[in-house]
Amino acid sequence: MGLSVARLWGSPGLLLTVALYLALTLHPVQASTPPHRDYCVLGAGPAGLQMAYFLQRAGRDYTVFERAPGPGSFFTRYPRHRKLISINKRYTGRANSEFNLRHDWNSLLSHDPRLLFRHYSPAYFPDASDMVRYLGDFAARLGLHVLYNTTIAHVTLSKDRQAWNGHYFILTDQKGQAYQCSVLLVATGLSVPNLVDFPGSEYAEGYESVSVDPKDFVGQNVLILGRGNSAFETAENILGVTNFIHMLSRSRVRLSWATHYVGDLRAINNGLLDTYQLKSLDGLLESDLTDLAIVKDHEGKFHITLKFYWEEGNQRADAITLPQDDSDNFAMRVAYDRVIRCLGWNFDFSIFNKSLKLSSVGEFSKKYPLVRGSYESKGSRGLFVLGTASHSVDYRKSAGGFIHGFRYTVRAVHRLLEHRHHRVAWPSTEHPITQLTSSILRRVNEASGLYQMFSVLADVVLVKENATAFEYLEEFPTQVLAQLETITGRQARHGLFVINMEYGRNFSGPDKDVFFYDRSVGHTEDAWQSNFLHPVIYYYRHLPTEQDVRFRPADWPLPRPTAIHHIVEDFLTDWTAPVGHILPLRRFLENCLDTDLRSFYAESCFLFALTRQKLPPFCQQGYLRMQGLVGTESLRQHRVESGALQDHAAADRHREDSGQWPGYHGPVGHPQAPGPLVQPLHSNKEEL
Amino acid sequence: MMSSSFNIFRVGISFVMVCIFYKSSVDTLPELSPQKYFSTLQSGKASLAYFCQADSPSTSIFLEELNKAVKPLQDYGISVAKVNCVKEEASRYCGKEKDLMKAYLFRGNILLREFPTDTLFDVNAIIAHVLFALLFNEVKYVTTLERLQNIEDTLKGKANIAFAYVRAIGTPEHRAVMEAAFVYGTTYQFVLTTEIALLGSIGTEDIEYAHLYFFHCKPVLDLTQQCRRTLMEQPLTTLNIYRFIKSMEAPLLTEVAEDPQQVSTVHLQLGLPLVFIVSQQATYEADRRTAEWIGWRLLGKAGVLLLLRDSLEVDIPQQANVVFKREEGMPVEYLVLHDIDLVISHVEKNMYTEEVREDEDDDIEGPDTDTLGIQDDEVAETVYRDRKRQLPLELTVELTEETFNATVTASDSIVLFYAGWQAVSMAFLQSYIDLAIKLKGTSTMLLARINCADWSDVCTKQNVTEFPVVKMYKEGENPVSYAGMLGTEDLLRFIQLSRISCPVNITSVQEAEEYLSGELYKDLISYSSVSVLGLFSPTMTTAKEDFTEAGKYLKGCVITGIYSEEDVSILSNKYTATLPALLLARHKEDKVESLPLANTHAQDIVQIITNSLLETFPEITVENLPTYLRLQKPLLVLFSDGSINPQYKKAMLTLIKEKHLDSLTPCWLNLKTTPVGRGVLQMYFDVLPPLPLLVVVNLHSGGQVFAFPSDQTVTEQNLLLWLKKVEAGLESPITILPAQEWKPPLPAYNFLHMMDAAASQHSSRKSPECVKETDVQENDKEQHEDKSAIKKEPTETLRIKHWNRRFLGQLITGRVSTLIGSPNQTFTM
Repeated sequence: MGLSVARLWGSPGLLLTVALYLALTLHPVQASTPPHRDYCVLGAGPAGLQMAYFLQRAGRDYTVFERAPGPGSFFTRYPRHRKLISINKRYTGRANSEFNLRHDWNSLLSHDPRLLFRHYSPAYFPDASDMVRYLGDFAARLGLHVLYNTTIAHVTLSKDRQAWNGHYFILTDQKGQAYQCSVLLVATGLSVPNLVDFPGSEYAEGYESVSVDPKDFVGQNVLILGRGNSAFETAENILGVTNFIHMLSRSRVRLSWATHYVGDLRAINNGLLDTYQLKSLDGLLESDLTDLAIVKDHEGKFHITLKFYWEEGNQRADAITLPQDDSDNFAMRVAYDRVIRCLGWNFDFSIFNKSLKLSSVGEFSKKYPLVRGSYESKGSRGLFVLGTASHSVDYRKSAGGFIHGFRYTVRAVHRLLEHRHHRVAWPSTEHPITQLTSSILRRVNEASGLYQMFSVLADVVLVKENATAFEYLEEFPTQVLAQLETITGRQARHGLFVINMEYGRNFSGPDKDVFFYDRSVGHTEDAWQSNFLHPVIYYYRHLPTEQDVRFRPADWPLPRPTAIHHIVEDFLTDWTAPVGHILPLRRFLENCLDTDLRSFYAESCFLFALTRQKLPPFCQQGYLRMQGLVGTESLRQHRVESGALQDHAAADRHREDSGQWPGYHGPVGHPQAPGPLVQPLHSNKEEL
Repeated sequence: MMSSSFNIFRVGISFVMVCIFYKSSVDTLPELSPQKYFSTLQSGKASLAYFCQADSPSTSIFLEELNKAVKPLQDYGISVAKVNCVKEEASRYCGKEKDLMKAYLFRGNILLREFPTDTLFDVNAIIAHVLFALLFNEVKYVTTLERLQNIEDTLKGKANIAFAYVRAIGTPEHRAVMEAAFVYGTTYQFVLTTEIALLGSIGTEDIEYAHLYFFHCKPVLDLTQQCRRTLMEQPLTTLNIYRFIKSMEAPLLTEVAEDPQQVSTVHLQLGLPLVFIVSQQATYEADRRTAEWIGWRLLGKAGVLLLLRDSLEVDIPQQANVVFKREEGMPVEYLVLHDIDLVISHVEKNMYTEEVREDEDDDIEGPDTDTLGIQDDEVAETVYRDRKRQLPLELTVELTEETFNATVTASDSIVLFYAGWQAVSMAFLQSYIDLAIKLKGTSTMLLARINCADWSDVCTKQNVTEFPVVKMYKEGENPVSYAGMLGTEDLLRFIQLSRISCPVNITSVQEAEEYLSGELYKDLISYSSVSVLGLFSPTMTTAKEDFTEAGKYLKGCVITGIYSEEDVSILSNKYTATLPALLLARHKEDKVESLPLANTHAQDIVQIITNSLLETFPEITVENLPTYLRLQKPLLVLFSDGSINPQYKKAMLTLIKEKHLDSLTPCWLNLKTTPVGRGVLQMYFDVLPPLPLLVVVNLHSGGQVFAFPSDQTVTEQNLLLWLKKVEAGLESPITILPAQEWKPPLPAYNFLHMMDAAASQHSSRKSPECVKETDVQENDKEQHEDKSAIKKEPTETLRIKHWNRRFLGQLITGRVSTLIGSPNQTFTM
């Protein structure tokens, strides 16, 4: 190339030319450069459309690729029995639309109130075809750019220093048309039925193709493999016409009411549990499928035996030993007319070239691709997994695998991209410190993202210098808290609060009795023992490091904080009680920030202004700016009665000093008891 | 120190509650065989031994508590041991059965007492019982008044008595008394009772708590005379008793003749304040009697000294008769108190309410947590107290998502954005309703409100994310946020003044004259004492723009108008103004000022107009104080009970006119209209001298408060002289305003600590299941409450309390399957 290094550095303009030249000469020039998109979304399911919505609103260059002729093709076939188990709660008694999203599990996020699922179905558990109709409307009404009938058959990586992430994603469709994308957003869901390989597994009919007509099962002995919602849904449909249904799975059934995980067995599908325990011939069995074999006899009936016997017996049906030959009371000694496989789905890895390094979570689990807490693939920068396929982040914990969960994580990914590629910082609002208690209360009482994606997405309060103001960021992924500054473009120099929602530790689990006596607490001092979903506020003096996050205590969603506050669980999930909820929260915030966050009437501020050299924040930020709270005569009367206000209007009588309003005697009068329990927070600074 | 030579365990006064005996190694409970144990007993030395079966479990609550008692008992020279009864070495102290094991107290090898383990229910009980047994002769236990009277009579003229009532033997209070008796038992006669009746008969009203009295019997020579009694008012803790007895030993009255700032006595070391009674030669005898009387009243609360003014070298304020010294190193306060009661109440008011928790009780539920639940936010408290009152909300229009846009576009409206759960906005809602009542049927402005707790989307779209917010929506204009005081009057003014455009476009000279005279907007003059008129020649576009911008900014605060017709010179000539100019019509004083306005930016115009609204000698009120504080000058306040004395006013106005008060903000305060001013005076003076009062408050630097001497008449001359002295630092301040930061009024629950404690308990108990864990904790609580509770209270009552607590909790959260049935049933399901 002949040019000296010095020359190269001397002129940036020249450098660019040279780079271009290099790009043109070193790479084989393609006949036609494929059309470019900044953002390519794979799949027009709920997650793909949700991302398309945010990209559209932000005015970004994007396309959604969908192999079917319309959106939501999964729902055209599944669930087979057409009943969605996500709740369509149309009435809550509340007008707050954000709050109502807490109980609407089917809608996607948008600014259009017509695009709420309650307008699409009156059913509490709606029909899947309503979802298809809804998604169709969502895409059409919002004018989302979707390329239908486009099957992306292959995805590869093309290195390019000009690209945002150092490479482009090259997508090739069924016709050989290629597309070049800067960012790839994979929202293809889980589409491959999970197969377990064992001798005779070919005799099992799959959930995806088994008949849904109960008539086909009349008077039959049915064996169902699996114990998820699809297995129980299948059983529910034919429960009344079969002789009996046996359900076989590796581990015991997990009830969603006990695990608080919506992917586990929902009560709406659990008819089989009822009939099993009420001695109606149906039953559940636990065994590892890979140890079994199915043998078909000459009558076409199926027998269960052990793989071990099958291997011994020359694999001829008549010659194979059955367990009952040895042990004559073997549970599954009966012959089955049908075996149905309902073992769930896996992610389709097949279209991704090895260069993308899109690997699965574990060697044995091919269910989900491996992603970071930010939903970005660990293998290639710029590849994000959205929707159901992104559930590895919170599998069996929160709602990230379901519409009512991933609609928020998609938004979080979009916010991340907006900052990374367009310098748009994570949205936030800034307020004076006196609004801190209110800001937190407002969110814990209405925010749906915190509620649905509990312990995965959390709000973050960034305290400003001297704790006079703060910034409020919504729904940040907790697992990448350490990278908050780079992801959001906001500064966390002076401490931060993280507002999370949590169930009690040890409360959720497949074998937990969630109805045990004394399961709830009502006293503020016991709030930390709350079991039902409740707000938990973490205070960090410094932003936790990646090490802190990675090596956080077991069962903790976040690293150990400087201080923690639990707002006591509430039966109505309404955390606005003045003494039960607000007061302890205020005390916590005060002690973290080492200030007084009480509110005062103008008259009190007036008194402080003339008798103290310093004023509390509320007076500084309100009264001194001529925005003091005047109050009415009746409130004034209550102040006198409560002892908060000396009735100066009355004669010169001497005040009984109740000590209840320390502010009136100056800070010296504040009881600061250094007991072990009520240790002021700054005293454990060294300890932490 | 004193180790082996120690054979009696009385240490004398120098023993200061801290461990003196320090045996380095043995802090844990030694475990010995009976033989070994008896071989270690030294004559004269006390020892507590717990005999237990060798095969009994190595931990129990009793052993844990006993372990805790090892160190404190060692401090009193008492050794503690656990003796394992092995079969080969049967001892008569070894019980037959496991349940019958006891603890024994020996002195040398003589058995003093045996204790069933249930009397030693915790570390306090162990120490209390052991010391009680050892000090059997020193501490008299009485149950009747006669017995107490006998003791009192025999000690008259000989020794003083420390008489204590505790609710039960073995309580922490009992322990504290015994520990004090251990130290002071030879100096004072300790008498102990657990009989409430006895306490009642010596005239104590509040008998719920433990009490300690000091009977001053030593000075009593006449046997028919009663011993004087002093009640200790602090809770019975070892430290408090020590402090109390120490202060009893201090002289009742000390005479001093030095600078009070330099004086220090034992009281200050004990954390008690000093009260100096200022005396003069002439009144010495009477003063001394007063001081003695005060000394008795303040015994145990403060040190009282007689300060001889005549032999004093430093100057103290002329009228001061009492000097109060709160703490070493703190500036003393000079007070004028004409009543002994006032002296007492001043001291009591200023005493530290110190709550030093001595016992490191690591129980999760400390008593302090109760106070955390007391509402100390006055706004939240008052709104809560008022929650049941029905407000005439129908006077304002409640908006919803559906009606919001239609309403604010259909008519000029004021909208209050509030949140139903937020106290400050609910307090303001009341003022808003009051405003609606005032304006009922008179205003064209629609008063509306929207609850953002319900319609948060609407509020967010209107850019409202804090509460409360008031916005005015007018057709064709951008919504204006109200930025004034959150009260009826100020909002009313904003609404009224917003009726006219800002600035008003004046079109003729005649109209301008009507505008300046107040005729044009007669009904608005009461809301804006000044009308501002900008004068411009038609070509001055930038100047006009600046002025218009300033007018818009001041919308709702002041009336502004603009005149820029060709004949503007008529006005500028009349008011001798150079264009562009600002005319300020002060309606109260009926005069018009003019100011030049060349090259002034909008912001500066705002500043000029805002400053013009300030009065030279305003009546200071709650509403207007912040405006005057902005000037950052010391306030010269005349406190007046009712309207101002004309003579004073004249003097002040003259000084203002002569520019003597330029470095100050002179103002006056009417206690009738601003009653909170009394609170201010109380802070400055403690006792109100006769009004009116003139005070200089240096708020912005130093916080000193100077009072004009009440014995001088307010004349211009005196005032000026006094101010000069204040300025030169020749006057001493009557008080200095505290400069403390506003810290959290109370601590928060330390949940992290509780979680850690539970986690460590959890791991030591190895109970993996949550259900069981709760069970265990529940039992723990119950046990703990049982043992820490007073023995006299029947356990049933305790149980009831406990159950109430639990049930109440469940009723609050509602997640309870049934309220009937024992908890055990549900656990064993």
